Amino acid sequence: MSALIDISGLKVVFHGDRGRTMHAVDTVNFDLARGATLGLVGESGCGKSVTALAIMGLLPKDSTEVVGHVRFDGVDLLALPDSQLRDLRGDRLAMIFQEPMTSLNPAYTVGEQIIEVLMRHRGLTHDAAREKTIALLRDVRIPSPEQRVDDYPHKLSGGMRQRVMIAMALACDPQLLIADEPTTALDVTIQAQVLELMRTLKEKSGAAIILISHDLGVVAEVCDEVAVMYAGEIVERAPVGELFDNPQHPYTIGLLASIPRLDRRVDKLATIEGSLPDMGHVPQGCRFAARCPFAIEACTAAPPPIVTIGASHWSRCLRAPLDGDAA
Amino acid sequence: MNEPLVEIKGLVRHFVARRSALGRTLATVKAVDGVDLTIQPGRTLALVGESGCGKSTIGRLILRLIEPTAGTVRFGGRDIGAFGDKELRAFRREAQIVFQDPYASLNPRMTVEQVLTEPLALHGIVPAGKRRERVHELLHLVGLDTRFARRYPHEFSGGQRQRIAIARALAVEPKLIVCDEPVSALDVSVRSQILNLLDDLQRRLSLTYIFISHDLSVVKHIATRVAVMYLGRIVELAPAEELFANPRHPYTRALLSAIPLPQPRARQQRQLLEGDVPSPISPPAGCHLHPRCAYAIDRCRIERPELGGDGHATACHRWRELPPAAAAAMVEPPGPRLERLMAKFARRNDGLASAGVDTLGTG
Repeated sequence: MSALIDISGLKVVFHGDRGRTMHAVDTVNFDLARGATLGLVGESGCGKSVTALAIMGLLPKDSTEVVGHVRFDGVDLLALPDSQLRDLRGDRLAMIFQEPMTSLNPAYTVGEQIIEVLMRHRGLTHDAAREKTIALLRDVRIPSPEQRVDDYPHKLSGGMRQRVMIAMALACDPQLLIADEPTTALDVTIQAQVLELMRTLKEKSGAAIILISHDLGVVAEVCDEVAVMYAGEIVERAPVGELFDNPQHPYTIGLLASIPRLDRRVDKLATIEGSLPDMGHVPQGCRFAARCPFAIEACTAAPPPIVTIGASHWSRCLRAPLDGDAA
Repeated sequence: MNEPLVEIKGLVRHFVARRSALGRTLATVKAVDGVDLTIQPGRTLALVGESGCGKSTIGRLILRLIEPTAGTVRFGGRDIGAFGDKELRAFRREAQIVFQDPYASLNPRMTVEQVLTEPLALHGIVPAGKRRERVHELLHLVGLDTRFARRYPHEFSGGQRQRIAIARALAVEPKLIVCDEPVSALDVSVRSQILNLLDDLQRRLSLTYIFISHDLSVVKHIATRVAVMYLGRIVELAPAEELFANPRHPYTRALLSAIPLPQPRARQQRQLLEGDVPSPISPPAGCHLHPRCAYAIDRCRIERPELGGDGHATACHRWRELPPAAAAAMVEPPGPRLERLMAKFARRNDGLASAGVDTLGTG
């Protein structure tokens, strides 16, 4: 079976003032099967959101250069004219953003906003679309959807608004859903509810999901596979269980070590010292080498190789596989 | 037992939520609804809860940035509500705050040196000629290079800005710092740098912290005692170790169980709370949690549970009857290989932290 989405050689370059350029995403390759859920993890500025926006064709054309191929069901999205891309977005491609208050239009009821999607892409009549909207709101477990459908976004809590966003994204049964930090703005008990909902919906809808998050815990909750990004590159890719049991890139290990432990008290938290390299001038060798406790001289000389660890598990690290006794 | 540094009794704060056209109050929010707390010097008390539980309001009341509707806050035995202008000014030297958003809390038009000099000049602590030296000392203290003094906030990353905000709070040599979600806007790896810094500074300078956070895993690391809040009330108050080992209140348990763990196998073993936090304008009668609580009985709907007990206090009618909490048992430690690999990041950090932070050279 061929992959639903196949991304190869994706590069995104931002052109700034005075001829300055920034390589936000640098040669990202990955594919995703139908119905699979991939977590794209990394810290601010690693390029995870830019990758998502590039896939959706949502980056501003005048200041960004997007190179490579994003094949969706065999069609290269980067080569499609805007009008065709617009037909796909909201239909077979859908996206959920972090802040539901800024992505919902405050001047329209939540119902109208979903009805619009259904009328635009499915050609439903207003009445049929309204009926379907109420069913969608019920699917995302919004209580009394018959009343809520006529509410304005400000009347809903943050968790309810994010449910509305999910309902809207799922309105046309998309084949690919990109969720960019969907629970980051929510309280922890509400986050748990929304993650639970996403798990249920993923099984029901059969859509492939790319979940973007800075939180390894969230990714562990929902995803089947994980890609860890650092400074514009994917540095490790693995099935979810494998990534947490047997991480093979030092950055992944550092991220895991930085999470405060609930199982025992530690005196000092582990940290990844230093900061991201300047994305205007990325180092020639491994981009993480300057912060890496495993780095050796060869790491800074040339870009690190991609080392295969196991089935669908690789790490962009010269020193992989790392074992516990590594010096 | 030491004299507490901060003592809060019967603290209440209402906000007006709606007014009529004539300015009459139509609805109030009970942001803080009868809170008693004591904070020992040199310790960290964490206030934990979700949005709107009143944790930040308590922080502001303790600093008298806002006035209480009822109740008292004593600082070093003195009622801060009775302070006049002069005493309040002196109090500002003793109690400081660090905010969540380091992008909003630093004036973009001031250099780091100006940011740090302002409190020194305002309180006349350090003579003008020695202020630069003191600024360098402060930067050193928070692990920043002294050559950063002439730069502007936009030239720094989020973590560095938070270090500057901490240095500013330390400038007046306070006894108490209210840290209001100080690491919530930061990336994981930077978050632990700032937590380690706060920890270091506390030891070196005998600081007392009130640490306001929604994140229980962060709180577990930093707090000596934890107060869990829900809709303006404290529902559980206990030493940190005890609270995490033996959470009693159903809300505390739900919070703990909602933490997404980096363990794919731990999925779906949780006790979820149903529904949303109710509107604080008309909170449920009795125990505020009862509409969302799986253990609620009739008594919970009528009678407000008091926060009973000294060492480990719980505001729940039924805590003695509840099944033992499974929250702590759910967390499995990483394997030995991973533990060894992760230790590489810990060991490296130890050396740097002690080199980066020096003692404060003033009395």
